[in-house]
Amino acid sequence: MSPVVTVEHIGKSFKGLRALHDVSFTVEPGEVLGIIGPNGAGKTTLFNCMAGMFPPSTGTVHYESQDVTGWSDARLARAGMVRTFQLMRPFGSMTVLENVAVAAAARGESEKEAEEEGWEILQRVGLAQYATRTSKDLPTAGLKRLELARALALHPRVLLLDEVLAGLVPTERQPVIDLLLSIRDEGATLLFVEHVMAAVMALSDRVLVLNQGETLAFGTPEEVVANPEVIEAYLGDEVTDADAH
Amino acid sequence: MSETLVQTVPSPLRKRRFFDSNIIALIVLVVLAFPLPLLLDQGQEAVAIRVLIFAMLGMSWNIMSGFGGMFSFGHAAYFGIGGYSSSILLVNFGISPWIGMVVGMGVAALYGVIVGWLCFRYKLRGTYFALATFAFAEMLRIIVQSADVVNSSVGYNVPLIQGSSWWLMQFPAGSPNYFWLGLGLMAACLLVTILFVRSKAGRFTVAIREDETAASSLGVPVLRYKLTTIALSGAIGAVAGVFYTQYYLFIDPELGFGAYRSIEAILIPVVGGIGTIWGPIVGSVLLAPLNDITAAILRNPPPFLDFLEGRTGLDVMLYAILIIVVILFLPKGVFGTIKEKVTKR
Repeated sequence: MSPVVTVEHIGKSFKGLRALHDVSFTVEPGEVLGIIGPNGAGKTTLFNCMAGMFPPSTGTVHYESQDVTGWSDARLARAGMVRTFQLMRPFGSMTVLENVAVAAAARGESEKEAEEEGWEILQRVGLAQYATRTSKDLPTAGLKRLELARALALHPRVLLLDEVLAGLVPTERQPVIDLLLSIRDEGATLLFVEHVMAAVMALSDRVLVLNQGETLAFGTPEEVVANPEVIEAYLGDEVTDADAH
Repeated sequence: MSETLVQTVPSPLRKRRFFDSNIIALIVLVVLAFPLPLLLDQGQEAVAIRVLIFAMLGMSWNIMSGFGGMFSFGHAAYFGIGGYSSSILLVNFGISPWIGMVVGMGVAALYGVIVGWLCFRYKLRGTYFALATFAFAEMLRIIVQSADVVNSSVGYNVPLIQGSSWWLMQFPAGSPNYFWLGLGLMAACLLVTILFVRSKAGRFTVAIREDETAASSLGVPVLRYKLTTIALSGAIGAVAGVFYTQYYLFIDPELGFGAYRSIEAILIPVVGGIGTIWGPIVGSVLLAPLNDITAAILRNPPPFLDFLEGRTGLDVMLYAILIIVVILFLPKGVFGTIKEKVTKR
C-alpha cells in the first residue's frame, strides 16, 4: 500500500529562527502516528506546514500521491486533510450545530444537508444536547469535541490533531480516545501531537519524536521509549516510571 | 456530556421555509408603512424618506462591518459612487436613474472588491483596515472635487421634468411616490440582507468574522467570501446614494463622499444593533428625525434653551451624546439588546 502522507525533508525558518529542519516520514493509510517532543520542538510548526497554514521553507508534502506543498489550508481541508487546533477556535456567536454545519457546507453541501449532517455528527461525538447553544457557552471538554466534530464534517481522510486531550481531566479522555479509534476504524489516518503519554502509548502505531526542530527518533512506541536519546532529551524517567504501561 | 443522553435529545433541525419570521416581519413592515405618506404632512414625509435612506445606508454598512466584521470607515464611497453614477448618466446622456442604479451598484461593488483585495493583500486588519477604507473614500472625494469632468466641487443638479415619471424617478414635491419608491428599494435591500444572512455565503461570512483561521482551516475560501460580502455591501450603499440624489435632486462631493456620510453609515447600525438584520432599521428610525428635531429646537427654542437660538451643530452634539449613551448602556444597540433579552429567556 502506498503511503497516504509523505513528508520529505521539510523545514521551516522564521526570520532566521529554525523551527523545523529536514524532517521526513511517511504515514500508511489507517495508521495512527503520535508526534511528541518537548515544548518548542516544532510539532505545531510541522502541523502548520502540513495543513497549509503556511508553506514550508524547504521540502515537500505529498497527500494521496499528490504534491500538496503550498496548498492553502482551505483547499487541503476540502480535499480531506484536516487539522484541529490546540487552542479551541469556536465560531463563538454561532450555535454548536451551526459551527459543524459551516464545515459541512464548505465541503459543498447545501445548507439543509449541512445541518442534517452536523446533527448526526453532534450525536456521534456526544454534543447533541448542546446543539442549539451558542458555542462560546460550551465548557472546555465540549469545545474539544466541537473541534473534532467540525473536522469530521469534512469527511477527513487524514486528521491532524493538535493536543485534543490537553485540558481534559482523565475521565474525559477515554470517550475522546474511543471516538478517535472509531474514526480510525472507518479508514481515516490520524496524526496527533500529544503530551499525555499514556494516550500516545495506547493509540499510536508509530511515534515520531521531534527535538529542536529535528527528528530524534521514529518507530513503534516500544522502540521510542527504549531509545536512550529520547529518554535523555525529553521523556526522562517520567515515562518509564509513571505513564508507560 | 454523557453518551447515554444522546437518544433523548429532540432534533434541532427545523424545516427551511422561505417565509421565515424575518420575511414575515418585512412584509408586515411594508404593509404598515405603505399608507404613511397619505397620513403624514409634507414635512413629516420628508423625515420618513430620510429614515428610508438612512436604513439603506445602515444596512449596507451592517453587511460588511456588522455581519462581516470588516470595519468600514469609508462607506461614503459607495453612497457617492451610486449618486454620481446615476447623475452622470442622467445629466450627460439622459439615461434613466434605474440604469444608473445598476451601473452604480456594479461600480461600487467593483470599487469595494479592489479596495478590499488591496487591504487583505497587505494584511491590513482592524483599525488599519478602517483607516484604509477612510483614506480611499477621502481620495475619491478629493478626486471628484477637483475633476472638471464630474463638475468638480459644483456637483450635479438632477434636471427637473414636468409631472411624474417612474422611469426617471422624479415626482412633484411632496408626492407620496417618493416614499413608495424608497420603501420599495429599502424593502428590496432588506430582503437581500435576510436572504444573504441565511444563505451559505452569510454563514461563511459570520464564521470568518468569528475566527478567520478556523474558517479557513475548515475549508471556507475566506478571501472570496470577504470580497463577496464587501461587493454586496457596496451595491446596497450605491442604491442608497442613487435614491438620495433623486429625492434631493442634488449631489456634490461633500454630500456624496464626505466623511460625515461614513459616520452616519456607522452610527445607524451601532445605535440599532450591529450584526442584526433589524438593527439598521431601528437605528434609522431613531437617528433620521434627529436633524429635524434639533433644527426645530434651534429655530424656536423653549425658554430654558433660548441661548441656543440661531446656533448650529446641535444635531452633531446630540449624535455624540446618543452614541455615548448607547455604548455605555446598550453596547449591542437597541435591537441587539432587545433580541438578547428575548432569546435568553
